[in-house]
Amino acid sequence: MLKMTPTVLKNLFSKSSTRMYPFEVREPFPLYRGELFNDIDKCIFCKKCEIKCPSQCITVSKDKEAGTGTWICDPFACVYCSICVDVCPTKSLSMAPNHRKPSATRDMIEQVGKLKVPKKKKAAPKKD
Amino acid sequence: MARTIIPFGPQHPVLPEPLHLKLVCEDEIVKEAIPALGYVHRGLEKLAEIRDFNQMIQVVERVCGICSMLHSQCYCQGIEEMMGVEIPERAKYLRTVWSELHRMHSHLLWLGLFADAFGFESLFMQFWRIRERIMDLNEATAGSRVIVSVNVVGGVRQDLTPEQCSWILTEVAQAGKEIKAIQSTMLSDYTVCKRTKGVAALTKEQAYELGAAGPTLRASGVAQDMRQLKYAAFDKIDFEPVVEYDGDCYARGVVRFREALQSIDIIRAAISGMPQGDISVPVKGNPEGEIITRVEQPRGECMYYMKGNGTKFLERVRIRTPTFANVPPLIAFMPGLELADVPVAVLSIDPCISCTER
Repeated sequence: MLKMTPTVLKNLFSKSSTRMYPFEVREPFPLYRGELFNDIDKCIFCKKCEIKCPSQCITVSKDKEAGTGTWICDPFACVYCSICVDVCPTKSLSMAPNHRKPSATRDMIEQVGKLKVPKKKKAAPKKD
Repeated sequence: MARTIIPFGPQHPVLPEPLHLKLVCEDEIVKEAIPALGYVHRGLEKLAEIRDFNQMIQVVERVCGICSMLHSQCYCQGIEEMMGVEIPERAKYLRTVWSELHRMHSHLLWLGLFADAFGFESLFMQFWRIRERIMDLNEATAGSRVIVSVNVVGGVRQDLTPEQCSWILTEVAQAGKEIKAIQSTMLSDYTVCKRTKGVAALTKEQAYELGAAGPTLRASGVAQDMRQLKYAAFDKIDFEPVVEYDGDCYARGVVRFREALQSIDIIRAAISGMPQGDISVPVKGNPEGEIITRVEQPRGECMYYMKGNGTKFLERVRIRTPTFANVPPLIAFMPGLELADVPVAVLSIDPCISCTER
C-alpha cells in the first residue's frame, strides 16, 4: 500500500513536466524534418525527386518554349521522409525543422523557375 | 441462463485501434469471444506493385507507427540478403540502437495504456512522461518522433555523432532511473496485483500450440526471442530473453517492464561497441529470388516474405505481424473472464490492429 505516495509527493513539489504550449514553444531539433523547401533558382528540373518520392507528391514539368520549369509539391501527400533532399543533385531541396502551419484549404506549393540546363551543357565542353 | 452478446469495440476507451469482439456472456462471465477484424485494412502489400523496392521502405514503415523502425529494418534485411549485400558493421550497430529505442518507447507506451486500462491514471502519466525522453531522442537523432525513417537498402541514412551518443546514454540512464522509481508501484501495488494477477492465464503448452509471439509467449515461460537469430548487431551483443512463468496479465506486464530496462543495457552495449566506418554501401541492381526474414518487434516476432523477379518492383510482399499471431491466444483465454476484466485482458497482448490488417 501507499507505493505511489513518494512519486506523487515528488511530482507535487517538482516543476511541471509539460509546457504552456501556445505561449511557450520548445526550440525545434535541427535535424527534424518539418517542412520541405525548394530553392527554385538552384533547381534544374531533373525530375529525380519526382521519381524517387515514395508518396509521389512532387510533379516537375518543363516548358521548353517558354524556357521555364514548374516544381509542384502537394504538402498534404508528402510524408516528410526527406528522400528527395538526399537525391537532389544541386541541393536545391532542403528540410526546415519547423512544422507547417495548419491550413483550411488544400493548397499546392507551386514554384516556377527558369530552365538552365541548355546553358550548362554548352558551357561544359568549352572548359574541356 | 440466457446468453447475451455484448459488442466490445471497434470504438472502446481502452482500445487505441478498432478491434471488434463479440462477447457471448452469461451474467457477467464471458463464455466466448468472436473476433471481427478488417476495419483498418489499407492494402499496403498491394502497393508493392506500383512502388519500387526502395520506395517500399517508406510504405512498410507506415504499416505500424510504434514499430516502424523494426518493420523497415526487417524489410531492408530481407532485400539485402536477397541481393547479397553485406552492410557495414557501424550500420548494424546503429540499427540496433534505434530499434532498441523503439522497443523502449513501445513498452513504455504499453505500460501506460495498461495502467490506464485498470484505471490507474497517474501511473499512466508517469510512464508516458518517461517515454517522452525516448521520443525526444528519436526526434533529435533521426529527424522524426515516431517514423524515424533511417533505414535504406545497404545501411542507414543517419549517423550518430559522439555527442549524440553520450546524450543518448545520459537520457536513457535517466529514463532507467525513473522507471525504477515506479517499479514498486507497477509490480507490487495492491490494486495493480488485484486487477492483473491470475487474469487471463495462458499455460506454456497453450501459448506454444496457439502460436503466441513476443511477450505473450515469454510470459508463459517459453524463452523465445527473435533477437537470438543474431540479426543486426545481436551477434556481438549478449542478452537473455526475459521470461516469466505465470502466463497471466501480470506476467505480461512484468516481461515488458523488464524488457524496457533490458533495452537500456543493449543500447549501452551497442553504443560502447560501435565501430567507426561507413554507414551504408551503394547498392546496384534489382532483387531477385525469395526470402523470409524475421525480427523481434516490441510486440513479438514479425515475419516478412518477399519475392523479387529481377525488376525494380517486388512480385510479392507478405507481412505477418505479432498481433496476428496473438489473436488466437486472446480468443483462447477469454472464456471464463469477468466482463470487467476484458479490457485488461485484451490490452495484455498489446493489440496493434493496423499492423495486423495492413
